[in-house]
Amino acid sequence: MSAITVAPPQTPASPRTNSNSSSNSNSHGLLKLTLTELKLLTRERVRAALPIAIPLILIVILGNIRSLRQPQAIYGGESFIDLYTTTMVVFGLALLALTNMPMMLADYRERGVLKRLQTTPIGPARVLAAQLMADLAVAVVMVVAILAVARIGFAVPLPRQVGGFVLAAALAAAALLSAGLLIAAIAPTGRVARGIGGLLFYAMMFFAGLWLPIPSMPAVLQHISHATPLGAAVPALTAAAEGSMPTALQLGTMAGWAVALGLAAARFFRWE
Amino acid sequence: MSPVIEVRQLHKSYGDTVAVDDISFDVQQGEIFGILGPNGAGKTTTVECIEGLRSPDGGQVTVLGLNPQNHRAELTQRLGVQLQDSQLPDKLRVDEALDLYSSFYRNPADWRSLLEVLGIKDKAKTRFGKLSGGQKQRLSIALALVGSPQIAILDELTTGLDPAARHDTWELIENVRDRGVTIVLVTHFMEEAERLCDRVALIDSGRVVAIDTPANLAEGVETGQRIQFRPSVPLPGQLLESLPDVTDVIYRGDVVVVTGNSNALNAVTSALARNQILARQLRVDQANLEDAFLALTGRPAPQTQPAKQGA
Repeated sequence: MSAITVAPPQTPASPRTNSNSSSNSNSHGLLKLTLTELKLLTRERVRAALPIAIPLILIVILGNIRSLRQPQAIYGGESFIDLYTTTMVVFGLALLALTNMPMMLADYRERGVLKRLQTTPIGPARVLAAQLMADLAVAVVMVVAILAVARIGFAVPLPRQVGGFVLAAALAAAALLSAGLLIAAIAPTGRVARGIGGLLFYAMMFFAGLWLPIPSMPAVLQHISHATPLGAAVPALTAAAEGSMPTALQLGTMAGWAVALGLAAARFFRWE
Repeated sequence: MSPVIEVRQLHKSYGDTVAVDDISFDVQQGEIFGILGPNGAGKTTTVECIEGLRSPDGGQVTVLGLNPQNHRAELTQRLGVQLQDSQLPDKLRVDEALDLYSSFYRNPADWRSLLEVLGIKDKAKTRFGKLSGGQKQRLSIALALVGSPQIAILDELTTGLDPAARHDTWELIENVRDRGVTIVLVTHFMEEAERLCDRVALIDSGRVVAIDTPANLAEGVETGQRIQFRPSVPLPGQLLESLPDVTDVIYRGDVVVVTGNSNALNAVTSALARNQILARQLRVDQANLEDAFLALTGRPAPQTQPAKQGA
């Protein structure tokens, strides 16, 4: 058996606190881990493609219906497809954060991937950070793709209040990813995570007005809607798309959910 | 020399279940230290406290002068771990896994030569999900060593490997130790502990039963000798049972199994000679680690609970 390249051991009696080189190797590790997650995502073809493909397919199908492209008085002069594009942004984010991510994490935990990483210097926080960053990268690609297809294919104007749109989308993503983390935290297996995620997805999308637009809901439901993360996200994104800043209440609602769900996830997260 | 791992009165329960009751031991630098015991004895919980994965309910653990709970960042740099039943994502390739893990450490080993040493170099581009059990095991050993650790903790290292792969792995472990890495080996294979370990801690029901070299442990067993033979004529009643050096006689068909102290062989052969009985297919077994284990843990131990088999 040939020689093995193991560096000479350091003296055991001198615990080093060389935080400099540690943090260097760990930020490198974080980047590597994020890229690895992305690479793995692209290999899970179906799993990675669905959250991006489904909203795009819906836009293409509905965009091809002529009447849905006509400006309507009830939509304040916008066409159905204009409004629907915003809904699809939220739809895609929710699909990614509530079904993909928790399933992936719960699956990792079930298989001991997380526990193994826990024994390395990378540390638990960076493992989750890498997962979130990878999902965020996919989210950015998805939002850009949705806006581009809607703009190029169906003349849907790009968001007029870009800063407001980015801010609202980022907060919506944060709230959704926190919810996804919480699901991953409490679900014992990937299968259960998918079940809970699916349920939450439909509940949240209902309040986001996917089936019944929020303005058409009874007053009570409208109030409930506005208090949910996506019920706040859709009007916020719509406002930004039409050129005005989202309200502080909408942004605050999303931020509040992000913090609350994130704290709960951190509280309940298990590595094995 | 001061020990690299000190475990003092470690105690850990999960709810009502006591996993580790009271365990203390030291691991010296450069040795292969075995933790041997049946399933559920508390082996894995003990090493998980050393790795910092679990916080002890009582007692103290010091690894390389560090507290595993409070100095995780530093400890993980210097402690390599192979977990029992831990996997990687199926679609991650072998080279990617090693490249990823080596990026976590400030002083990584050259993972390409690790692959070569472990005999899975040709699998570098293979995805984890496509590896055989033995190949996965080798990869997990490589991952435990990729950070150039001072101590490597290997949990159930060769479980699921075929005999050839097991022997290769043992050779590798000795090779790693020769480079100055201290190794803690968790196992329930006697043969593995006997072959590899400088010292062994026998653990049963969350307690240390004995700590010694495998040879000393075997020697300390009171079983002494086990003599097995086929007498040329049936033995007269109580011929062997009456000998003071014999503790037990078992008849298995026409085979007689005698256990006794180190003088038992002499006593038995003289008694047979006096009665002009020949002992055919005579076999004498010395106690090994397995006997030591059985004796020390109080499970079907030959000298305290003679097995009543045959007639």
